[in-house]
Amino acid sequence: MSEPIVTIRNLTKFFPGIKALDNVHLNIREGQVHALIGENGAGKSTLVKILTGVYFPTGGEITMEGKPIHFKNALDSQDAGIVAIHQEASMFLELSVAENIFMGHHLRNERTKKINWKKMKEETEKLLKRLELSISPDTLVKNLSVAQRHMVEIAKALSLNAKVVIMDEPTSALTSREVEDLYRIVRQLKSEGKAIIFISHKFEEIFEICDYFTVLRDGQYINEGYLKDVTTDDIVKMMIGRSIEHMYPQRTPSSGKEVLKVEHLSQLGAFSDISFSLHEGEILGFFGLVGAGRSEVVRTIFGIDRKSGGEVYLDGSLFNPRHPSDAMARGIALVPEDRQQQGVILEMSISDNITLPLLDSLCTRGFTNRKKEKEVARNFGEKMEIKAAGYEVDADTLSGGNQQKVVLAKWIASGPRILILDEPTKGIDVATKAAVHEFVAQAAKDGLCVILVSSELPEILGMSDKVAVMHEGELTALFDRSELDSEKIMRCALGEYKEIVNG
Amino acid sequence: MDKSKIKSLGKMIIDRREASLVILLLVILIPIQIRSPQFLSITNIDRLLNDISILSIVAIGEFFVILSNGIDLSVGSVIAFSGMASGMLNEAYPGTPIFIILLLGIAIGAVMGAVNGALVAFGKIPPIITTLGTMSIYRGFTFVLSKGTWVTAHEMTTKFISFPRTRFLGISALIWMALIIIALSYYFIRFTRSGREIYAIGGNATAAQFVGVNEKKIRFLVFILSGISFGFAGSLWTARYASAVNEMATGFEMQAVAACVLGGVNFAGGAGAIPGVVLGALFLGVLNNALPVMYLSTFYQVLVQGLVVLIALIINTVVDQRKMKKLLSQRRAS
Repeated sequence: MSEPIVTIRNLTKFFPGIKALDNVHLNIREGQVHALIGENGAGKSTLVKILTGVYFPTGGEITMEGKPIHFKNALDSQDAGIVAIHQEASMFLELSVAENIFMGHHLRNERTKKINWKKMKEETEKLLKRLELSISPDTLVKNLSVAQRHMVEIAKALSLNAKVVIMDEPTSALTSREVEDLYRIVRQLKSEGKAIIFISHKFEEIFEICDYFTVLRDGQYINEGYLKDVTTDDIVKMMIGRSIEHMYPQRTPSSGKEVLKVEHLSQLGAFSDISFSLHEGEILGFFGLVGAGRSEVVRTIFGIDRKSGGEVYLDGSLFNPRHPSDAMARGIALVPEDRQQQGVILEMSISDNITLPLLDSLCTRGFTNRKKEKEVARNFGEKMEIKAAGYEVDADTLSGGNQQKVVLAKWIASGPRILILDEPTKGIDVATKAAVHEFVAQAAKDGLCVILVSSELPEILGMSDKVAVMHEGELTALFDRSELDSEKIMRCALGEYKEIVNG
Repeated sequence: MDKSKIKSLGKMIIDRREASLVILLLVILIPIQIRSPQFLSITNIDRLLNDISILSIVAIGEFFVILSNGIDLSVGSVIAFSGMASGMLNEAYPGTPIFIILLLGIAIGAVMGAVNGALVAFGKIPPIITTLGTMSIYRGFTFVLSKGTWVTAHEMTTKFISFPRTRFLGISALIWMALIIIALSYYFIRFTRSGREIYAIGGNATAAQFVGVNEKKIRFLVFILSGISFGFAGSLWTARYASAVNEMATGFEMQAVAACVLGGVNFAGGAGAIPGVVLGALFLGVLNNALPVMYLSTFYQVLVQGLVVLIALIINTVVDQRKMKKLLSQRRAS
């Protein structure tokens, strides 16, 4: 085994009231893809932020190539050769690919200090060629796809002569073909002797691309080793300290009377001719690839977007929402996909977030009843097992999984009859996922109708009574629980096969 | 022309704001020219360019600030103070060389801009609040300096007030001043690190810091640059209009911002270019010159200007949204 390029020993990081990292070890080696595994809140992000100079450690030591290092800021760590591929957040959308790569270290004429655009373009072309990418250096980044933006970030890391490249959930927004491209580049970086830290929640991905792993749990170092020596089950056990026997709750499906009926619903440019019905106590899985139009359908039912054709019936009568408040008044709740932008108000406390849809009922003579508000928040917060210092802290102090729980608590508190969940488990850890599934099953048992929009096939298979499949704005299949077949569903989602012929 | 060529031309018009502005300019010039054939005469074009020279200088100053995702509302007040000081200097010491008067204007602008910049960059006060405050303060300084009086044409030297019209190589000094500012700004914004770092700060301040851009320095710098351009414009203003009054350039921030927005500068920062800003100023100049020719009362000028700016903003938004949609559908297809 080669000597590690970066060694972390007994690393500790305290935040006020929280021990984010406690005695963490990490050995990063050249030419190795190292999976950093742990649930949300296990300390992965904190560890990365310390490595990239954003946070300072409270204790412990980090050595790079044998020498102890103390980064004062992000630039220090970059200069040392540690580069994180952030999500899009770190790009300049209005500037060209070449300039995104060279921002902060523009190539200049030595004497006149004049920026040498020609040389920057040539260098960019070389980098892109090395990654076998067909992107022009002049293209504005805003005109690139998410995947291409990722590749540009990687090119930038190369231009900085990175020795350690950190990738945090790099595939979360990519299509399967784009993921293949990313794998190819990761393998290439590896063969060039770069050390790669790969953070992901997807096990297939980890086993496909990574060599070595380190597992963290609750800020503590749990284990490390070669992935070829372990199984998914072993890793799950390390992550949660127990093995999850049944990822999906056992349910006995029972369906009552029809509540929601959608007929030939269309929205110009987004989806067309969508028909399905939903009964009490039923879970309808909505499957499709990213961009298939599923979110648009549920947004239309919820009154955010306007339909261009077709009808929605609620309890047998025509329902035409003009605004989400119409839908909410009729007992429809939508938990949106992008919880940070659409679901949680980060600057508000947990308690205020939960009671937001209920404010009307919590008001006496136009003033909110703070005591009652707190009671309701605590009640639902405990039901969802939200881990927080208190219900008065701001939502932005929570981990992603706990934020999701706040959103769910918020909508359940409003007592809906139809619950629409758009990608409720995207980017959250195994244990939170299980809690969400448990919660959805309970909701259905209580007689709620649930529409579960998900891109994860196992989740769809494990949870749904009925499955609707969409491809490029069209409904390609509607399956009953008895006919569920993963291959068939996938083929319908890819548009290779149609169960329903529209017309 | 085959279809693909038309398509790529259309793409260029949407992508390059400058191209669409040129086309729009041509479109409005045709009826004006038909209505009044002398509109595009050499004399009138010369007058038009003289009219927009000061606006171009000021709009470029405003451009730097908007590019950094800020705004400078103190435009008119800095012009007034610098213009008043220039006029009073010329009155009190008629022998002072013109370039000293211009340097005084630049220095005044730099100091006033530095105060704005310090409040924004180091005091963390939002640009709109800072410059709303200094807008009044600087205007107040002007009244204090002049004790409420004017400097009129016959109190200034002929040399000073005829300077803007003095011709070099057939082009007036005023136009030369604007050309120099345009050229220097273009070089600065395109070929220096600091220039590019304004784009970075305006486009994504967090990301800019990650690659080592000094945010405070850039925010301070853009206000000094805008101050310099406003101060310089103030000296030229007094010479060109042959008077320095306390109320001069009131409301000029509207024109400066309008030229930027018309020129395709992103109001949220991070995008825009000098040629667009100059074209934006030119467009406003044509509009102001053409309306009287079209027998439209000057009362309508402000109204039409406001409308044009609003339409430009709406077009910007719509084009952006359509581009986003196109991008999404491309992703779907791939």
